[in-house]
Amino acid sequence: MNHPPAHHPLLEVRDLVVRYGPVTAVDRLSFTLDAGETLALNGPSGSGKSSTALAVLQLRRPDGGTVRFEGRELTTLTERELRPLRPRMQPVFQDPYGSLNPRHRVRDAVAEPLKVRGAWHRSDGPARVAELLDRVGLDPSYGDRRPHELSGGQCQRAGIARALASEPRLLVLDEPVSALDASVRAGVLNLLSDLQDEFGLGYLFICHDRAVVRHFADRVVELRDGAGAGRVT
Amino acid sequence: MSHEALLSVRDLRVAFGPVEAVRGLSFDVREREVFALVGESGAGKSLTARALLGMVPRGATTGGGVRLRGSADLAAERGRRITLVPQDALSALSPVHPVGDQLAAAVRSVRGLSRGRARALAVAALDRVGIPDAARRARAYPHEYSGGMRQRAVIAMATVNEPDVVVADEPTTALDEERREQVLRVLAEQREAVGAALVLVTHDLEVVREHADRVLVMYAGRAAELGPVRQVLGRPRAPYTAGLLASLPQDGPRLRRLPALPGSPPAPGALGPGCAFAPRCPLATGPCHDREPEARAVDDRLVACHHADDLSDPLREFA
Repeated sequence: MNHPPAHHPLLEVRDLVVRYGPVTAVDRLSFTLDAGETLALNGPSGSGKSSTALAVLQLRRPDGGTVRFEGRELTTLTERELRPLRPRMQPVFQDPYGSLNPRHRVRDAVAEPLKVRGAWHRSDGPARVAELLDRVGLDPSYGDRRPHELSGGQCQRAGIARALASEPRLLVLDEPVSALDASVRAGVLNLLSDLQDEFGLGYLFICHDRAVVRHFADRVVELRDGAGAGRVT
Repeated sequence: MSHEALLSVRDLRVAFGPVEAVRGLSFDVREREVFALVGESGAGKSLTARALLGMVPRGATTGGGVRLRGSADLAAERGRRITLVPQDALSALSPVHPVGDQLAAAVRSVRGLSRGRARALAVAALDRVGIPDAARRARAYPHEYSGGMRQRAVIAMATVNEPDVVVADEPTTALDEERREQVLRVLAEQREAVGAALVLVTHDLEVVREHADRVLVMYAGRAAELGPVRQVLGRPRAPYTAGLLASLPQDGPRLRRLPALPGSPPAPGALGPGCAFAPRCPLATGPCHDREPEARAVDDRLVACHHADDLSDPLREFA
């Protein structure tokens, strides 16, 4: 027998279906995403963008189809089997304040993923957190603050630092700049571009703004009523 | 063509205790024009819009003056000669009354008309904004309307009394592109139909470009730049306007990195003595940090920048 090919996409979604009762939100959607690549899901509200994001992350189990991540089929795995894979696929959501615990200081929010995967050492943990904050363009002194003491853009940067702490391969970015002020948005998009170049991250980028998609994405899946209606390169 | 000021705002200030959120704003809105108030969150644009209607939040103090055709009692004109299209169409309608009743009540609150006549005007207004089968739909409750129909009903409500000014506060922020265009089209049609001016509050420069005649760009509670849309957005003279435009993804070659402004807009109350934009401005020099610039006439517009005369094309500095 031949060996399987050495190369497989970072993410391979085939015939994905997500239903809410009688409503089909995602209808047999298929796409692939390589490391270092940005694939945008674009479409009007209700076209199934966020449902796709949740299903890819297995935060909502899909009702049909397959999701292969680094070659492994996720939909048949148990929660326990998924747990070691979860750090490698991280979400960044639209509402920067809603994605961080309002009672935790920023440095604790960023340290938590390190602790969860046993990568926290008292000797170098704080320095690692400072390094991550610095990497996303936040002065490490912001580590002392709580989310409400940050601006929207700073808070989204903190959320990205927390996602990076897991050393992910894939970021699922669900409208990551839609809630940000225009003068701040470009800075966060540039940061995401730099991080992708540096770490070879794959981005599944959900965004309703066509102009942003055009500049940021390598490829686009246009969604209409849950199905990929066409693909633009 | 005469440009008599319909609505005149002079040195408007809105403060919460010692913190001023709107810091001395002056502008005129002309008959039948679309006047855009644009700015980022915290710039004071919504507070300004509310002040036009005499409805600033409890606890806020206002200074300066707003006059509508010479009348200073804006609260008394509200619903009659100046009306509001709020951001959230659902909360703008009462859930316990049929939509037609709410429109008819709005008519009767300002005009001494019979119930039947008010009712007929309400149905006509719903018909005008494209509610299908308006006579029957007028008897339905807001929850029986789709999101798009509710938005239209709110526009009908704001125009049924044929006001002189309609103030629309971020009317399209929560909508996707398709619905956004639809709402703006209906708003434009109704404004035409009743001959009102529109004050359009938005953070979206594309909406301004496509729908407004003149624009006031606000930053930290003040005017950064004020003038005709084509000139201000085509060739900005205030560094803030230029930086904002440069940071937006544009048509043209795909850029991997967009020109970005450093930092974020200041919080009200956290302002130094200089220009509020100076900490983020790549063109700032000594005086910019010491003294706040006054808006002054430069060519075809007003610009608040110490360097307005020596920077004829600040957009170039951001490219």
